[in-house]
Amino acid sequence: MPTQILMPALSPTMEEGNLAKWLVKEGDTVSSGDVIAEIETDKATMEVEAVDEGTIGKILVEAGAEGVKVNTPIAVLLEEGESADDIGDTAPQSQASEREPHGARGADGAAGDGQASSGDPVEDMDARQVPAEGKVHPEPRTTDIPADPDIPAGTEMVSVTVREALRDAMAEEMRRDDSVFVMGEEVAQYQGAYKVTQGLLDEFGERRVIDTPITEHGFTGVGIGAAMADLKPIVEFMTFNFAMQAMDQIINSAAKTHYMSGGQMNAPMVFRGPNGAAARVAAQHSQDYAAWYSHVPGLKVVQPYTAADAKGLLKAAIRDPNPVIFLENEILYGQHFDVPKLDDYVLPIGKARIHRQGSDATLVSFGIGMTYCVKAAEELAGQGIDVEIVDLRTIRPMDYDTVVASVKKTGRLVTVEEGFPQSSVGDHIASQVMQRAFDWLDAPIITIAGKDVPMPYAANLEKLALPSVEEVVAAVKAVSYRD
Amino acid sequence: MAATAAKSGTSSSKNSGSSKNSGSSRNSDGKSGSKSGGRSRAKSGDGSAGAAKNHVSDVVIHFDAPAPEKFSTEQELKAYRDMLLIRRFEEKAGQLYGMGFIGGFCHLYIGQEAVVTGIQMAISEGDEVITSYRDHGHMLSCGMDPAGVMAELTGRRGGYSKGKGGSMHMFSREKNFFGGHGIVGAQVPLGTGLAFANRYRGNDRVSLTFFGDGAANQGQVYESFNMAALWKLPVIYVIENNRYAMGTSVVRSSAQTDFSERGASFNIPGMQVDGMDVRAVKSASDMAVKWCRDGKGPFILEMQTYRYRGHSMSDPAKYRSKDEVQKMRAEHDPIEQVRHRLIETKAASEEDLKAIDKEIREIVGKAADFAQADPEPDISELYTDILR
Repeated sequence: MPTQILMPALSPTMEEGNLAKWLVKEGDTVSSGDVIAEIETDKATMEVEAVDEGTIGKILVEAGAEGVKVNTPIAVLLEEGESADDIGDTAPQSQASEREPHGARGADGAAGDGQASSGDPVEDMDARQVPAEGKVHPEPRTTDIPADPDIPAGTEMVSVTVREALRDAMAEEMRRDDSVFVMGEEVAQYQGAYKVTQGLLDEFGERRVIDTPITEHGFTGVGIGAAMADLKPIVEFMTFNFAMQAMDQIINSAAKTHYMSGGQMNAPMVFRGPNGAAARVAAQHSQDYAAWYSHVPGLKVVQPYTAADAKGLLKAAIRDPNPVIFLENEILYGQHFDVPKLDDYVLPIGKARIHRQGSDATLVSFGIGMTYCVKAAEELAGQGIDVEIVDLRTIRPMDYDTVVASVKKTGRLVTVEEGFPQSSVGDHIASQVMQRAFDWLDAPIITIAGKDVPMPYAANLEKLALPSVEEVVAAVKAVSYRD
Repeated sequence: MAATAAKSGTSSSKNSGSSKNSGSSRNSDGKSGSKSGGRSRAKSGDGSAGAAKNHVSDVVIHFDAPAPEKFSTEQELKAYRDMLLIRRFEEKAGQLYGMGFIGGFCHLYIGQEAVVTGIQMAISEGDEVITSYRDHGHMLSCGMDPAGVMAELTGRRGGYSKGKGGSMHMFSREKNFFGGHGIVGAQVPLGTGLAFANRYRGNDRVSLTFFGDGAANQGQVYESFNMAALWKLPVIYVIENNRYAMGTSVVRSSAQTDFSERGASFNIPGMQVDGMDVRAVKSASDMAVKWCRDGKGPFILEMQTYRYRGHSMSDPAKYRSKDEVQKMRAEHDPIEQVRHRLIETKAASEEDLKAIDKEIREIVGKAADFAQADPEPDISELYTDILR
């Protein structure tokens, strides 16, 4: 059957073009790859090659024609044994109007997952025809995530530092699974730049505790490649500030591969290290990346405060089949907390923890931000304000349910973090709470963050650039309409 | 195996008096470099760098490509068939792009078929392959189903990534094809990581990490080279030098245009190979694969090749002359070379080859039909496969 040669689309956005010139005439024999015509698009003049062998039976659109729509038949190609007489039988294979070139965007984006009333106040709120109803969030509902495991009565509590808890978590998981290994700068012989990997080389040897060259972009990619081959790397960044060199690999390779491969391949691994400001290390060494990573689908983002959470969540992160960003903090490394002495203490990623019960206002924070909240709550208690503190622990997937439930109890919300203010984690929480619990709010939400400046070096300016307990106290009073 | 120990001294440098090394003397016709043997790429010691110590003097860093071994008729026919499948598949992809069935970016492999075909003939099951966005040929040569690849190009549910990856992002766990990566150079550390996993597990698999002359200028490539050499990882870096990084020719983008030498600072050996001759590719790859399996660390193969089409579908390729393209097609076409040998030696008749052509056309035709008829992904797929 004669084949129609159609006006081709020559770029992702081309809809029509000018047929500048025919390089063949009727009766010419062409074979695959021969240039048969030139077409002008808005960007360039492009050559059109024959894709099939045959004879040009008829030219349907003359040279010089302008505004020829994509997919319009421009000529007819005859196969061996066919003649021009056969052309009349040819039904148009395709009409210009039949399909939009490159425009098939498929789904209209609506993907309601059919939430029905379940007696759960949060779900009921979702089901209401509120203006924000169209917003659908892809994160797994945290109601599906199990609560923290019960700690059996009589379990011994041991005071350990966050640093030791992190080391213990890695050591336990490495004993449990040979495919788990640690790589990073100074993790082995030096015992960790911040001594988090202390002792691991002695126990597990060079095969599994690997000093890398100073080459973040490269070793991050190597770690991700190893994870794609089903190993479970723990990639330590000396600080997350240096992980910006590796950002492309983390986002484009680790986070997106599972989706891009239709679920065939992914990166079961942990990226961990100190994040945010330490002390007097200035702008390039002091950034908090919680909001950055929490922006990206395909990642989980964990930022613990206590040693118990650090241990239980790092163990969970190592076992998690997804790439997990695990944000630590240098100042917290040396702080002591009680950790239950259990053989296998694993906590759920995606569950917030009520750090302090209260009834008058809700503070939401995570990681080092919690230190401001804890002190502020003590001070506010002395002034008769009973604050509830929610420690998010996981930034992504975020436990909106726990936050919203607390806000429904107190009617007031202040968020606290050290990162930059624009598009902060607190901004996101404020937007979610507005959509999910607007009617329960008794005051506008206040989001406390670091100041909108690169971190200064001078001690007095650095102090000003970070949040403070006073700021938190003042904010809680403000949302409580108290002086 | 003609390994040439590096010598100190000026060797056969053609640009004596210059402190640049001699590697820029690559032939311009796409054939592999010096065939004379004995050429050393060891640097320094030419006097221009003062008393610089020749720190690589006793390390082999350059190999001349071995003479192509003769193929059996069976091998010739396999190479012919495999290369033709890629050629016809890509032509059809170009056609479907023109019809609007394929969207976005689409980078065709036409002209470079001998590279993946020859390498595939040298590796074993279990070896991993990873490459850039010009990936259709690699997938077909790995044995992935043409219909599944084409359906991914058209964004349909039967595509390898369920329609969610497209031309540049496709994978096959089953065939050990690790993508399909859209960021130039990003696959190089990843492929190095695959090799790391092989060494960690103590198996004898080799990672074939492909990238282009353009990607060869990315920093992460050299970070990878360093670790691969340091840890003696079994990875073959296949640099497909098709002479143009998008529209910028190698001489306009690269201070060192001999890509086989790009590992010299890390003592990674390399060789330039005529990437238009499938037998030369196979012979060189045999040598590199053995090198890796013997535990000697990474190896660089610079495949000197040529892409006939533009960088992507929307590239009119005005940065090179028509004569250049025509000369390549006429004199070095990888498929024609095999066809010519088969006919000349009477190993196959025109009829035999026509029958293969017909069979390939049918496979590609079926793939194209499937890719047009298969439905788009269900809208529920929008939210699947984000997390595991």
